Amino acid sequence: MSVLTVPSKAAPPPMNALRVASVVKENHDTFTLTLDADGEESAGRFAPGQFSMLYVYGVGELPISISGDPHETGRLVYTVRSVGKATNALVNRQAGESIGVRGPFGTTWPLEAARGKDVLIVAGGIGLAPLRPVIHHILRHRDDYVRLMVLYGARSPKDLLYRKQLTEWGRLPDTQVLTTVDYGGVNWRGYVGVVTTLFRYVRMHPGRTIAMICGPEIMMRYVIRELDKRGLPDSDVYLSMERNMKCAVGFCGHCQLGPYFVCKDGPIFPYTQMRPWLEKHEL
Amino acid sequence: MAMDTTLPAVGSQAVVDLSALSALISALRQRGFHVIGPAVRDGAITCDSIEKLEDLPVGWGDEQQPGHYRLRKRQDGAVFGYACGAQGWKRHLHPPELRLFEAERQDGAFKVLRPAPPSARSAFLGVRACELAAIATQDRIFLGDRYVDAAYRERRQNTLIIAVNCTEAGANCFCASMKTGPCAQTGFDLSLTELIWSEDGAARHEFLVEVGSPVGGEILAGIDRRKPRKDDLKRAQSAADDAAAHMGRSVDTEGLHDVLYDNFEHPRWDRVAARCLSCANCTMVCPTCFCTTVEDATDVGAERAERWRKWDSCFTDGFSYIHGGSVRLSVKSRYRQWLTHKFAAWVDQFGSFGCVGCGRCITWCPGKIDITEEVRALRGVSASA
Amino acid sequence: METKTLTDVLRDHPFLEGLKPNHIQKIAELAMEVQFSRDHLVFREGDESSLFYLLLSGKVALEISAPGKIVRIQTLGAGDEMGWSSLLGGDGKTFQARALESVRAVAFDAARLRQTFDQDTAFGYQFMQRLIKVVARRLQAARLQLLDVYAPGGAKMA
Repeated sequence: MSVLTVPSKAAPPPMNALRVASVVKENHDTFTLTLDADGEESAGRFAPGQFSMLYVYGVGELPISISGDPHETGRLVYTVRSVGKATNALVNRQAGESIGVRGPFGTTWPLEAARGKDVLIVAGGIGLAPLRPVIHHILRHRDDYVRLMVLYGARSPKDLLYRKQLTEWGRLPDTQVLTTVDYGGVNWRGYVGVVTTLFRYVRMHPGRTIAMICGPEIMMRYVIRELDKRGLPDSDVYLSMERNMKCAVGFCGHCQLGPYFVCKDGPIFPYTQMRPWLEKHEL
Repeated sequence: MAMDTTLPAVGSQAVVDLSALSALISALRQRGFHVIGPAVRDGAITCDSIEKLEDLPVGWGDEQQPGHYRLRKRQDGAVFGYACGAQGWKRHLHPPELRLFEAERQDGAFKVLRPAPPSARSAFLGVRACELAAIATQDRIFLGDRYVDAAYRERRQNTLIIAVNCTEAGANCFCASMKTGPCAQTGFDLSLTELIWSEDGAARHEFLVEVGSPVGGEILAGIDRRKPRKDDLKRAQSAADDAAAHMGRSVDTEGLHDVLYDNFEHPRWDRVAARCLSCANCTMVCPTCFCTTVEDATDVGAERAERWRKWDSCFTDGFSYIHGGSVRLSVKSRYRQWLTHKFAAWVDQFGSFGCVGCGRCITWCPGKIDITEEVRALRGVSASA
Repeated sequence: METKTLTDVLRDHPFLEGLKPNHIQKIAELAMEVQFSRDHLVFREGDESSLFYLLLSGKVALEISAPGKIVRIQTLGAGDEMGWSSLLGGDGKTFQARALESVRAVAFDAARLRQTFDQDTAFGYQFMQRLIKVVARRLQAARLQLLDVYAPGGAKMA
């Protein structure tokens, strides 16, 4: 009887107390924390798509995707949206304070499977953060990939992340970056509409494209519908799922989604695994 | 009775009487084991510290039905004459509350202090086959999966198990359906089958012992015992067969995994949801349920912070909370999650069913919900009379 | 200099994909090539404008103004149609349309188009079929936009 997780019986990674190097405001409610990982052996190593459990002394622990450059192992970068008590505590750290870091955990974006192909990245809102390491990796190994297409949607212009980087990436050869917002204002001259409205401006070659999607679940479902219409096979579509997590090591039971533990069987899943579960209500 | 001084081999059998059982308890205590076993407390049989034979529920049996539990006095003075206690051994291997660490603040930074592992050794006396299966499945989760839980491992390594084979089935029992009992096959250091019969007009009360491990053999070596005779073995076998043939309930497990996943929107879920109070009793008494939550707190001066791990239940409305709402908001979705996990998802995750057929969830449900009946309804089989 | 004929341009436009050559011809006879410069208001709220457009290049934003602000709710670009409400006649425009950059388009007099549909119902059916597909897609997208999926706490649900 085959089970879902390889029983590697590893000791769970310990918690390292890492110092905050900087906290940078991305927009009105989102901040990027950079932690210094130089001192601890391999504390800064991760693969794109993985997450850490970040502990704020006395407050609590949260799963946060790592959103920095995997090549830069001397630091760990996290983009955090302040929506509640714990995230608020996280973004209010000062440089020099320590944050407990456990990890990295979880499955990774399919950078191997995407070699020699076009990569289509579709991100919504804070979902661009777990995908940024993919872009970093591709740009460092540019010849391993063909075209890079980034479609990014956010609520409004003031909710956009990494605007400067998006513009820079858009200028690179064989790279298409399109950004849209649900609601625009007078100063926004970019696209307005849900992220699927950007698809008509992208040429996609089914069979030669790997799609990586991250954003609110509703957004991922309607993006997948669009990719399906355009003939992308389920096995070439990957998404990042999210559920309540307490332990990140498959013991607390909270992150279960059907038969999967999002912390160890995910968060990155090929759509072939998620298809039967995504449309089930209150799973 | 001549004492056999050779070290009993694994797989060997012997017969001991009540005073030998008493001596066994003393021997364990002398070796530094904290003996934990069934005891009568607050009108139920629970797991408690055992110092002597009389602490065990001698002469007590139980009556279990959906939402019903009563102790009843037995006439035969059986030591293990009950089906199963209110809780199994879970709380001793997977504690309801566990301090994970303490942290001390040090100007902007902090130091994490790990608690010392428990040094006490425990001997579980009276573990039923279904409970052994439950321990085995928790071994699979905490020791045999992607990661290993050090707290569980430390307790598990320091635990000796003396199993008890059932000679009577309870009204809520269905271990035979789940293929987890009534006899313990492996996973014990010693196993006991209680034999009570009349011979030449006199009442006989003995135990057939089987050695399951070298440690078990070592402990048995110091106990008065005799070689089993053919009729001891026959008596034990027929008691086991009897128990297996008179299970109170049953579950058809054939293809059950697919049946549950294929019936996600079956109307039965709405019907059981109308009765379920989501009180979480079932998850508390279930010997395989393992979900926990984490609580972080500081003392008043914030000099020390602690993290505690505590039992949790998928029936609580905040269990699946994410992004301002719970994924499983309705009681229906939570009941469905629990049942589907036990009989379907568990198989994908750990290679076996999560249910061991002990029937505790049926006994302790205030809504008298019977999972064997729910499974039957989901399979589309009409309830038998 | 533009080397394609108007007929070629129409044939290549996604909205008219699959239309029979004689229908393309009919449409070409009614078409006018137009250009808008950056920030030009193509139509205003309330306009009983009777033009229907097929966009060829550039970007147009549908906007609505409220005290102190202008909210952009949709952008349209090459390959899109614009002003479908003109084809139904009746009430004026709900939104205003502003060219965000230089825009080239083909415009049709909606009243004359409707006349042609009445005379040639087969042509009318083909056209309306395409129109309803576009409007349906637009409606779906608008509904998804309404959900406000990026709002903290997830989508705006009861």
